[in-house]
Amino acid sequence: MVTRTNARRNPALNSRPNPVVAFVVAFFGNFIVQRFLLFLLTIWVAATVIFMLPRLTGQDPVKEKLLLEAQRGGSVQAGMNEMAKEYSARLGLDLPLHVQYVNYLSDLSRLQFGYSIAYFPRTVNEIIADSIIWSLGLMTVTLSLAFVLGTGAGALLGWSRSPGWLSYAFMPLLTLSAIPQYMLGLVLMFIFAIILNLLPFFGAYSPGNLPEWSLSFVLDMLKHAILPALSILFSAVGFWAIGMRGMMINTQGEDFMVQADAKGLNGARIFVRYAIRNALLPQVTGLAISFGTLLTGAVLVEVLFQYPGLGNTLFYAIRVSDFFQITGIVMTIIISLSLATMVIDLVYPLIDPRVKYSQN
Amino acid sequence: MARAAGTRNLTMGTRIRLARRRWGIFFQERIEPIFLYGRRNPSLIVGLAMLGALLFFTVIGILVYGQTEPHLAGRAQQSRLDAYVSSGAPVQDKRLPPSWCTWCEDIVEREPDERPSLFQYPMGTDTQSRDLFATNLRGIPLTLGTGLIAGLLSVGIGTVTAFIAAYYRGVPDVLIRLLTDVGISIPGLLILIIIRIQLGTELVWWQLGAGLAAVGWVFSSRTVRSQVLVLREQPYVEIARQSGMSGLAIIFREMMPNLIPYITASFVGSVAGSILASIGLEALGLGDFSSPSLGMTVYWVIQFGAITLGMWWWWLFPLVFIVIIFVSLFLISAGLDEWSNPRLRRQA
Repeated sequence: MVTRTNARRNPALNSRPNPVVAFVVAFFGNFIVQRFLLFLLTIWVAATVIFMLPRLTGQDPVKEKLLLEAQRGGSVQAGMNEMAKEYSARLGLDLPLHVQYVNYLSDLSRLQFGYSIAYFPRTVNEIIADSIIWSLGLMTVTLSLAFVLGTGAGALLGWSRSPGWLSYAFMPLLTLSAIPQYMLGLVLMFIFAIILNLLPFFGAYSPGNLPEWSLSFVLDMLKHAILPALSILFSAVGFWAIGMRGMMINTQGEDFMVQADAKGLNGARIFVRYAIRNALLPQVTGLAISFGTLLTGAVLVEVLFQYPGLGNTLFYAIRVSDFFQITGIVMTIIISLSLATMVIDLVYPLIDPRVKYSQN
Repeated sequence: MARAAGTRNLTMGTRIRLARRRWGIFFQERIEPIFLYGRRNPSLIVGLAMLGALLFFTVIGILVYGQTEPHLAGRAQQSRLDAYVSSGAPVQDKRLPPSWCTWCEDIVEREPDERPSLFQYPMGTDTQSRDLFATNLRGIPLTLGTGLIAGLLSVGIGTVTAFIAAYYRGVPDVLIRLLTDVGISIPGLLILIIIRIQLGTELVWWQLGAGLAAVGWVFSSRTVRSQVLVLREQPYVEIARQSGMSGLAIIFREMMPNLIPYITASFVGSVAGSILASIGLEALGLGDFSSPSLGMTVYWVIQFGAITLGMWWWWLFPLVFIVIIFVSLFLISAGLDEWSNPRLRRQA
């Protein structure tokens, strides 16, 4: 707008702008494009850090792994160097650094994480594909349930016309949100699995029970998922409730609340349409920021309950120091996390019409 | 001088009365407002009290338990605190429930006369016959220390980068903002896992703290930067600039006093976050195996299946300490929020 009016007044500026430049400015000025570039940058930085670290410390993951195996097996270490060389050649670790880097990035762009060292013929992708299903199921259900329940509880807690006894629920919720998820898992495991002996305390299904689509298996699966899900749920509910409560208290001081009251609208309508609707917005931003913390906490819950998801696989990869598998899982988590954050950021202007990202 | 000369001639009673009055004024002006504020802001006080109680317990415990004992003279360390952590109590004392718990069933069968005295192992022993009271006493300072180092470093780095970004604007600002944006979307714990695996050596508590700060400073940088950007537009900062105050003087004399609540809150937040991440890292088996920190205790609990063995004392006490640490830090940060952001103040 500004350039056009200036151009009309000032003949010196009247030359038509270069269409390429105009396109580039408009393109990179676009919020969606900027956000997508940030997404790519995040993944590139993470990938580069992960690529550079082993090269900086000058370690050879393959050789180390082989030495470790030899020590465990008690076998002689003769021929170890040749073996390591052979493996390195097969994994492409003997190429010059920049070639390795380009190969690594191009593999990453196709989401190929290479071979696992510990289970050599298997690729990291196969291992991740086996475990990500469990994580995805557990996380999506618990985290979305926690968001809904926590936001609802927080809205009621922050609402000044809620019954008085409700305020006693605040301290327990606050305490729950401050406890790490895996600590809560320990307590739940002790109470429900050991003392009451109600629920199984490890795995995703009973040993000897093969995954299949039958009612008994699904019930068994649900039974195994209850404890890990509850440990994530409890602490996440508290987290959302506290944020929502604060926002509700803030919102009630706004002028439009007084106006709604003066109009004589009924309480439920004010609560849902005026208070919750406005208080909800920062919660969505919070979703983007806290996703990482919640997810890494959930990874540890999986380890505790030996739930066969990404977290547990990561734990075993760490134990056998399978560097490629660790890298693959870490990159998978980072990519899915950045993707989720980007989606939330992009959807946000649709929810909150006051935020417009189109120009500047 | 005049007042000092005056007091020399006074009688003892007058001196006491004067001191009392002076103390009274001091109390009224300095101490009472703290209590009055504490009544308005209970979460800050409760949080500080909880943390203080934990520290008091630890210090007293270390003082009492760290006494050198003659019967341990032959061992490398002479107090139960160190001897029973590093090499464990006598082997026959493994898997003992807390010795005050007379109704607890022994995991390992033993004769009645072999039972330890009432306060020998206040928190029991583990499968390696380590005295868990000593382990926890050593673990609390280690865990808190890791968080403290990480918090101090990340708030330091975060504040400096925030000022650089907000003061110079332009290219440094864009770079720092990009870095924080990227850093926030990558979970620090995952990067630390990679770093730790690559280093190959076990990280001692302060190294772990430094590592946590290396990935955690982005959060404080972002918080402080947004506040500095608000403050630099304030009229009083503009006046200071117009009257020729130097940049550093503006930062420390004009901006800092207003930033203190935010910096403190971000410090508390990063201490809590770092402790959470350090316990997570240790529970994954990436901690310092020779250190008895709370996170390592959690790791051993999971490794040895303490829950299925029924050894509740092994995990319950560290759990209680961890919960106290997190709840108190949370309350303190909520209290600081209320202090710095009056909009959040509870409606009376």
